[in-house]
Amino acid sequence: MAVLKVKFTKTRRDKLAQILWILNWISVVTGVILFSLGLFLKVELKKREELMAERDIQYVPNMLIAVGLIACIINFLGGKICYDCVDSTKFLRWKLIMLPYIVCTFFFTLCVLVGALMCYTMHWELEEALNLGLMQAMRFYKDTDMPGRCFLKHTVDTLQIQFQCCGNSGFKDWFQIQWISNRYLDMSKKEVIDRLRSNVEGKYLMDGVPFSCCNINSPRPCIQQQITNNSAHFNYEHQTEDQNLWMKGCRQALLEYYTHIMQSIGLTLSVLTGVRYLQTSLENVLRQGDPDSESDGWLLENSLMETARTNLSIIKSLGKSNQINTANNGDPNIDVPSTSKAHYGPDN
Amino acid sequence: MALLKIKFSQQRRVRLAQGLWLLSWLAVMCGAFIFCLGVYLKIELLRRDEVMENTEIHVVPNLLMLVGLASIGANWVASRVCQDSLDASRFPRWKVLLLGWYAVAALLCCLLLAVVVLSYVLQGRLEESLKVGLRNGIRFYKDTDVPGRCFQKETIDRLQMEFRCCGNNNFKDWFEVQWVSNRYLDFTSQEVKDRIRSNVDGRYLLDGVPFSCCNPASPRPCLQNQLTDSRAHYNYEYQSEELNLYSRGCRQALTDYYMGLMNSTGPGVLSVILIQLSVLLSMRYLQTAVEGAMALETPEGESEGYILEKDVKATYADVKAKALDLLKFAQVDPASEAAGAEEGEKEAEATAKAATPPPAS
Repeated sequence: MAVLKVKFTKTRRDKLAQILWILNWISVVTGVILFSLGLFLKVELKKREELMAERDIQYVPNMLIAVGLIACIINFLGGKICYDCVDSTKFLRWKLIMLPYIVCTFFFTLCVLVGALMCYTMHWELEEALNLGLMQAMRFYKDTDMPGRCFLKHTVDTLQIQFQCCGNSGFKDWFQIQWISNRYLDMSKKEVIDRLRSNVEGKYLMDGVPFSCCNINSPRPCIQQQITNNSAHFNYEHQTEDQNLWMKGCRQALLEYYTHIMQSIGLTLSVLTGVRYLQTSLENVLRQGDPDSESDGWLLENSLMETARTNLSIIKSLGKSNQINTANNGDPNIDVPSTSKAHYGPDN
Repeated sequence: MALLKIKFSQQRRVRLAQGLWLLSWLAVMCGAFIFCLGVYLKIELLRRDEVMENTEIHVVPNLLMLVGLASIGANWVASRVCQDSLDASRFPRWKVLLLGWYAVAALLCCLLLAVVVLSYVLQGRLEESLKVGLRNGIRFYKDTDVPGRCFQKETIDRLQMEFRCCGNNNFKDWFEVQWVSNRYLDFTSQEVKDRIRSNVDGRYLLDGVPFSCCNPASPRPCLQNQLTDSRAHYNYEYQSEELNLYSRGCRQALTDYYMGLMNSTGPGVLSVILIQLSVLLSMRYLQTAVEGAMALETPEGESEGYILEKDVKATYADVKAKALDLLKFAQVDPASEAAGAEEGEKEAEATAKAATPPPAS
């Protein structure tokens, strides 16, 4: 039983081929966009790799780049086929390739869906990586004299300034870390010794944050030290003050940034998938039809179950494709007499 | 003696027309490039509008945009002329326009040259404008509650962080200004009262700077207060410390930035001038060669192309004579009309005679 059977005259088939051609080119453009977005994501992840702990997230942009490229190639080929579909002599050239081509694109569409899924799993992995990475970076903020870590102060400062964020989850993260190096602490002062003694690990902790946490929209000059002490500053209440420092945590800020990129990629992928499905069904239609006379077109030749079964058998017999080719000229639907009819016109 | 005479066969004329057509489309692209350059420069200047006191420097991008648009139009006309040049029936209608076109093209080249010169000359004015603008910005830094000035704090902070600079000439400018508003000063505290009393104007001055002056590349957490007091901070020497804050002044940073922009566009503008000049010269050669060919008995034959029909002195004398004739013609006395009419006819003949060589030149 054919699914959604529609009658197609030659002109309608031509129109269909034209639509398919346009869709193919839309897919090529979408493939290019996907490729460039994948490249952009790769560059952005590389830029911030100091802030991400060792997690394998590079596979996502690599896969997106590959998918983008393949989309371009497949759709370019599809466009060429459609262009030739209208001309009956050229169409016969492609008859051999049509079926494997459709199978390929079916797999490709599956890959695209898998890609979209991977983007979502990456979100969780990225959050983990950022959490660990930022914690490390903040811990080594003071180690500007140690090779391998000396750049982390600069990295964290520029990150907090650029993304308008402070700390990992919030500015209070800085209260739990010693971010002032011992080289700049006067060990002879009583106040310093008191602070060092007041916690178990001998760290110099204070309720202050680095300057890069300062909010430039604040009407008041930035308060960085003694943040929790209301009496230390005139007309200041730390519970209600929200414009003095950046309130957002850097993990959330970075995550939002990357999620934004992924959302654009997700949109591109869904457009690609939709167009792809439309294409495969339309190509099937064209494949079944006889180039010159009126014919039936349908979304699927048989019911869904039958189509699945036929596709499975095609996959199984892919290895033996050579034998089928020489026996039937590659296509079980047209035998030699009708091709010669197509050559010399319907009257002959 | 014609100036820079070249012989043109029919084939050479065709090649000249084709080459000029391509060159004029290249010149159209160049015109678009100049326009976009002008727009970009204008946007960059407008972005920092708040720290500039006057808009004199805006003449550079305005001129660039004008010249860009005019150049696109003029060179498009040139390409149309090229297309019609080898067709004897369509070329004559362009003849009238060509003299005006030469004037416009020469004017465009002069304007572009003027732009290059202006961008160097106006550097001093830009610095002055920035000096006053930044001084105001720093003075009104604390006035975040005064309408019309409330944005100055954010502007100055952003500027200092983006351009990695501090203050007008250097960070010491902040020592001379009260940048902490009175709303945040505890007037019951002895320290505050002492400071306010210690200077004539009753301002709260301190040797500290805002956080936006802090240099993230410093190995040490930023020191913002008591900068001149070496004992106030451990292991700190005021005179030798150079990584703690940005050492450059914002006026210098902004001037360098804009001069850098204009200098990097200098070579581009100069090459556009060259292209425009070559279009002008080629058009002249094409015009004279085609007109020469049209005047021949065999239009397919060889003709001469030149820039000026006679040499420079003779052309100048001709132009002067024609101008004087026109003036005399305009001043003819209406009382002696009869004699004047005869004379007028003679004058008209003379001007007509004098007029026939000039159109060819």
